Amino acid sequence: MESGVDIEKLSVRIKEKVLLRGVSLHVKTGETHILMGPNGSGKTTLARAILGDKRYTVTDGKIEFNGADLLKLKPHERARLGIFVSFQEPVALQGVNTLSFLKTAYESVNSTKITTSEFKKIVGKYLEKVGLPESINERHVNEGFSGGEKKKFELLQLLLLKPKVAILDEIDTGLDLDAMKALSSTVNEMLPETGFLIITHSDRILKHIKPTLVNVMKDGSIIRSGGMELVEEIEKGGYKID
Amino acid sequence: MEKLEIQADRYDFKEDIDYKVRFPNGLSERVIKNLSDIKGEPNWMKEFRLNAYKFFSRRPMPNWIDGLDKLNLNDISYFALASDKKSTSWEDVPKKIKDTYDKLGIPEAEKRALGGVEAMFDSTVVYNNVREELKKEGIIFCDTDSAVKDYPELVKKYFGKVVSPNDNKFAALNSALWSGGSFIYVPKGVKVKLPLQAYFRINAANMGQFERTLIIADEGADVTYVEGCSATTYSKESLHAAVVEIIAMKGAHVKYITIQNWSSDVYNLVTKRAFAYENAYVEWIDANIGAKLTAKYPSVYMLEPGAKANILSIAFADKGQHQDAGAKAIHLAPATSSVIRSKSICLNGGRTTYRGLVKIPRGSKDSNTSVTCDALIFDDDSRTDTYPYMEISEESADVSHEASVGKIGEDQRLYMESRGIPENEGINMVVLGFVGEFIKELPMEFALEFNRLIKINMENAVG
Ligand SMILES: Nc1ncnc2c1ncn2[C@@H]1O[C@H](COP(=O)(O)OP(=O)(O)OP(=O)(O)O)[C@@H](O)[C@H]1O
Ligand SMILES: [Mg+2]
Repeated sequence: MESGVDIEKLSVRIKEKVLLRGVSLHVKTGETHILMGPNGSGKTTLARAILGDKRYTVTDGKIEFNGADLLKLKPHERARLGIFVSFQEPVALQGVNTLSFLKTAYESVNSTKITTSEFKKIVGKYLEKVGLPESINERHVNEGFSGGEKKKFELLQLLLLKPKVAILDEIDTGLDLDAMKALSSTVNEMLPETGFLIITHSDRILKHIKPTLVNVMKDGSIIRSGGMELVEEIEKGGYKID
Repeated sequence: MEKLEIQADRYDFKEDIDYKVRFPNGLSERVIKNLSDIKGEPNWMKEFRLNAYKFFSRRPMPNWIDGLDKLNLNDISYFALASDKKSTSWEDVPKKIKDTYDKLGIPEAEKRALGGVEAMFDSTVVYNNVREELKKEGIIFCDTDSAVKDYPELVKKYFGKVVSPNDNKFAALNSALWSGGSFIYVPKGVKVKLPLQAYFRINAANMGQFERTLIIADEGADVTYVEGCSATTYSKESLHAAVVEIIAMKGAHVKYITIQNWSSDVYNLVTKRAFAYENAYVEWIDANIGAKLTAKYPSVYMLEPGAKANILSIAFADKGQHQDAGAKAIHLAPATSSVIRSKSICLNGGRTTYRGLVKIPRGSKDSNTSVTCDALIFDDDSRTDTYPYMEISEESADVSHEASVGKIGEDQRLYMESRGIPENEGINMVVLGFVGEFIKELPMEFALEFNRLIKINMENAVG
């Protein structure tokens, strides 16, 4: 059986405001889905619904992972099943040491225990790949990180937690050229085992990644799906497409 | 948002003990005379008590602490005697009292060969085991009642000198009714390698506990004292009004560590003060996790040049709790220096207040002070306030002050959860990270204990 996330006719609101209207998307391992759309169209809302943010109310539809109802699970349980949702704006955790945060996440997702020295080796490898200095281990999570460093730190966690499905919310914004390369090579290396839903505003990331499907969201609905030609259309004429 | 719930079951048990003596509720001169007679005290102490009672009767209830008006001083029994003889070995301690301590894990702590363990059960010290080496070096570590009998000259000289019976209403109450507490004397130049420690426990309902601790570190002496507290939960309020006096002579170093974990119905009104003489160094590390209302501001009076103070205050306020804590640094000589750090956490409608006072009067040249207050607040129902009073009239003083309020909101929790970390574990990480600095300054045993308490308090955070 193919594994992946199935989103079926999903409707979401926050307070009284309807943000998603019957969105359907299927992300299988080995696939790369792109989600584009104007500001405020509901892309992050979709990511948050998959993550399980209680502030967003699912009014209709379903989200399943390998046939299991994700909507019944808490966010950390979803993460343990293999769902990874990166944050468009990663938050700082005052006083929380980066290395111990990563270790706790790693142990929690893999249901294992690992010694700090063993773990440091694993992290060291990935730090190098994403281009973060080793000294980040001693700092507090996202505290005082630059915009790009925060995104690199999200990428690091993607590598570390090896999810089955990854939803990357504008992980490419603010990344320098080298980091962009690290991002696309990460996606390509992980692809056989992972499915991706990449939310983005730019075609930069698509230089080295071959999308399975490009989706365009507007006012909480997916209005178009297609191939690279859709991206080119948007690059030329913006979102004035129907 | 879901409510976090605090679980403190481990401390929530009560032993049925036949109290040998238990006074009827309420306070009068007769109660005080009786108390002094039962203890077989010398006249000067009886006089001290009666004099203090006069101050107490005259002083109005302080009105600057919210919630004190709910305390009814006539509803409290002022003395209970659980065991009429003190034990020097664990075997001699009555079984029921032992069981209580077993549940608290005290014998284990003792087994681990700490400096000396003194346990106080209600008003009477029932267990006192000072290791032989301490005695050989001339160190005195006993309960304060015994000190009155065995070391009258020392007690007479220093008792009530740092905190006078007229200092404040609750210091007066303590001076009139005090019972138990620790007495420590460290001779000139002696450095006590292991921390001395005591556990206090309130067991009887509606029991006032007024322990009185006096620590004297002679010239060049060095001592660390650790105190941990817990009380059984009762619906009726208990009162804890302690007084702690420290004297650090020339070049001495005293470090006093408290982990206060009274149950959430206790009024905890404590006066803690130290006198630091030439080049002496006094450290207060004060963690308040329990109690309904705490009012506690450990202070250091730097009386001679070169004296130093370091005060670290930790407060944790859950539903129905108010931790009104802080510090005072009084610079009464040149070249004195103080560091005050406050860390407070409030959740589920809990309330923390930092109240501090730094005084550097004209003439205390080249003194410096640094005050940092950090608060962590979990939800909109909770509240934190800061009152960092500074009275600086010396121009050469170097003063720094920083304050921050951090909020661990939904986004932080969700971020950790999105990486597979359950909500309560994540909160734990944030809380431990926030107070990590404090943990590093605790002796190993107490660092573990503190970690554990925070974990217990954070367990079942979400269902
Ligand atoms: N708490 C809230 N109350 C009201 N409206 C909200 C709330 N949270 C989000 N919204 C609105 O929901 C809409 C969708 O937001 P969302 O973050 O999903 O957009 P997006 O497609 O990710 O945009 P961007 O490209 O700017 O990141 C926006 O109009 C936003 O203002
Ligand atoms: Mg967005």
